[in-house]
Amino acid sequence: MVMANFPIEEDNDHGVHPLKFSLWLIIISIIMMFAAFTSAYIVRREEGNWLEFNLPGILLVNTIVIILSSVTMQLAHNSAKENNVGRLKLMLFLTLGLGIAFLVGQWYGWADLVQHNIYFGGTGSNPAGSFLYVLTGVHGFHLITGLIFVAIVLSSSLKYRVHSKKMLRIQLCTVYWHFLGGLWLYLYVFLRLNH
Amino acid sequence: MSSTDISMTRDVHHVHEEHDEHHHDQNFFEKYIFSLDHKVIAKQYLFMGIFWAFVGGFLSILFRLQLGWPEATFTFLEPILGGWIENGKLNPEFYLALVTMHGTIMVFFVLTAGLSGTFSNFLIPLQIGARDMASGFMNMLSFWVFFIASVIMFWSLFIETGPAAGGWTVYPPLSALPEAIQGSGDGMTMWLISMALFIVSQLLGGVNYITTVINLRTKGMSMTKIPLTIWAFLLTAVLGLLAFPVLLSAALLLIFDRSFGTSFFLSDIYIAGQALSNTGGSAILFQHLFWFLGHPEVYIVILPAMGLVSEVIATNARKPIFGYRAMIGSMVGIAVLSFVVWAHHMFVTGMNPFLGSVFMFLTLIIAVPSAVKVFNWIATIWRGNVRFTAAMLFAIGFVSLFISGGLTGIILGNSALDIQLHDTYFVVAHFHLVMGAAAFFGMFCGVYHWYPKMFGRMMDEKLGYIHFWLTFIAVYLVFMPMHYIGIAGFPRRYYNWTGFETFNIFTDLNTFISLAAIFGFVAQFIFLFNFVYSIFRGRRATENPWHSNTLEWTTPVLPGHGNWPGEIPAVYRWPYDYSKPGAAEDYIPQTVPFSQTQSSNLPNEKDFE
Ligand code: HEM
Ligand SMILES: [Cu+2]
Repeated sequence: MVMANFPIEEDNDHGVHPLKFSLWLIIISIIMMFAAFTSAYIVRREEGNWLEFNLPGILLVNTIVIILSSVTMQLAHNSAKENNVGRLKLMLFLTLGLGIAFLVGQWYGWADLVQHNIYFGGTGSNPAGSFLYVLTGVHGFHLITGLIFVAIVLSSSLKYRVHSKKMLRIQLCTVYWHFLGGLWLYLYVFLRLNH
Repeated sequence: MSSTDISMTRDVHHVHEEHDEHHHDQNFFEKYIFSLDHKVIAKQYLFMGIFWAFVGGFLSILFRLQLGWPEATFTFLEPILGGWIENGKLNPEFYLALVTMHGTIMVFFVLTAGLSGTFSNFLIPLQIGARDMASGFMNMLSFWVFFIASVIMFWSLFIETGPAAGGWTVYPPLSALPEAIQGSGDGMTMWLISMALFIVSQLLGGVNYITTVINLRTKGMSMTKIPLTIWAFLLTAVLGLLAFPVLLSAALLLIFDRSFGTSFFLSDIYIAGQALSNTGGSAILFQHLFWFLGHPEVYIVILPAMGLVSEVIATNARKPIFGYRAMIGSMVGIAVLSFVVWAHHMFVTGMNPFLGSVFMFLTLIIAVPSAVKVFNWIATIWRGNVRFTAAMLFAIGFVSLFISGGLTGIILGNSALDIQLHDTYFVVAHFHLVMGAAAFFGMFCGVYHWYPKMFGRMMDEKLGYIHFWLTFIAVYLVFMPMHYIGIAGFPRRYYNWTGFETFNIFTDLNTFISLAAIFGFVAQFIFLFNFVYSIFRGRRATENPWHSNTLEWTTPVLPGHGNWPGEIPAVYRWPYDYSKPGAAEDYIPQTVPFSQTQSSNLPNEKDFE
């Protein structure tokens, strides 16, 4: 991992750890990507010729799933702080499971759209539908990177490498995971209000 | 691992359990290819930048031949261009590909990656007093992703249907429909893949630059004591971080339109009488997304050059930079404003005239911080004890070009005037002076000035002077006449205008421009020779050949990995104490405490003694 050969170890006490700072910067750039997508969505919608349809109902379920996964991630983080290794592993497993469940749910959402003849591309597709696929798809892609991160933390926790004196990795993971959840929440509310 | 040694001196007590067994000498690959050392990565960027600059320059010579001698036969180019020369004529679609690739290469690969990549990497750790970048690994990754992007872009020059040909701004529908033009086939696909990788590389680099500047400054190096170069690199990276993701989004949507049949940017298009199935898209939407990046991008190009120039001017005028805080303020102002002016590229897209006036107003405000910077540079040189080194000449040249090009920006920024001038050679002249040439001058100024720290040797000054004067003259000879033909309405990106009665009278002028361009291009080989020759044979440099104040000059002639052999020096003063009254010498490095300079301390500095 990136941090393995990092020049400054975690107990440097002045301010934020550089890696955490970097993570925030990466988060900002992801936010900018979605700001671009969602503002393009609004601009395009204003121009008319916009297909109106109902959002797949399963998106609400997925939203609840991802919020739950944020809770388990936070619990994992807290358990690491308290050196409760058993609960740490359990919570990370749960997070991983819920994350995968979310992705599967999103997949079902897509299937539902297709059933209602809302396609990503090709004849008969409308940007209204395409945008929905792009927003969920790009979010899903980032969620996969988040899952990989969770898996890495999980594997190091299995080797007892995550504990109250070695929190950096799980801290970063928690921040990223909460961000991905928050991002979805934003997208969901945005889509609710603007479709 | 290499970066382990870095922390040794600084945080000795932090034992690296996992690494101590690796204390072998670095092999060739670790040292020069997959290096984590910011100085090596900087040089890698520099070499790539120079390579790309010659490629981009060569392409421009090719299309200048066509513009300068529209009736000529170019059979002599067949050995290089092969099938793109048909019966002695340059293929018109290939002409468009040349223009497109020239723009893309120069803007992104040379003046973004080559400039920021080189100098942010080289100077940030050295000037703020850090052993290396925050994450050497990410830094290396940034370069190699850029390298892969470069390979793909370069490769696309040689494929059968030619490289992308829709202009560097790749507006759809032209760029979205392979049926529209050959270059929108595989060439465009490769362009998009390459640019997506390029963006990832810039983000990796930018995250690192920002983190390093914010977190790894040495003791005493407050944000108001860092050199202006660092402020410039910091703001550049922030602009990139905010703007490049938006381009990535636009590129992604374009990829979907091209390959997955979506209609984000396409609607109601007929090709050869046949209607396409796409409905509901908006081509203007792409322009909004593109220019939201595109305008900050021009400042991503120019800000680092401004930083380098400020530093070189202060050092060589032997005077403190005039208005240090005003310089920072105006850079921040430019950075903020650059996000709210993008639609000045779109005045003639049928936008609401009221919206046009808003963007016009915001655009013209940018002239204010730009002018502040210009006045400050001039005031710094004013009555200075100027040393005309090659770097200083290029710095002064930068100021000149920035003024000449900036003035036409104010003209273009008026939405009414832009109706006449948009997409003419006037625009080409504007941005080549203010961005193209000026940023190149900033880059040359940086190379001549920091060469001794990079390679431990000096570049030849005489050759530097010749290079400067030839380039300076050529640039003005090329771009000044372009204003004139632009005002006459001569459109850009036209393969041939001999069919238009009105423009025939400019044939001689165009030939003249082309000759000047060839002349300027040839002059760059003087630089190339000087650069390569001096690496091996240049005069050996001393630690601080320019008697400069900043921290990089306190390192050994060839700084090793970790930059300072001993402890990192602490900093006590700002970097611009040149010719301070009462001081023993005409410069006081940042590392000299006030207690040692009692004779020159100002009243408010007495407290620090
Ligand atoms: C005084 C400040 C400036 C103003 C008011 C200004 C204004 C403008 C306007 C209105 C245009 C659009 C012209 C058209 O397409 O019809 C333009 C084009 C352009 N400007 Fe500037 N500009 C300024 C400074 C700069 C600087 C500092 C740079 C780069 C470092 C720059 C780079 C460009 C480029 C690259 C284009 C053309 C892009 C293209 O169409 O290919 N400008 N400028
Ligand atoms: Cu602009």
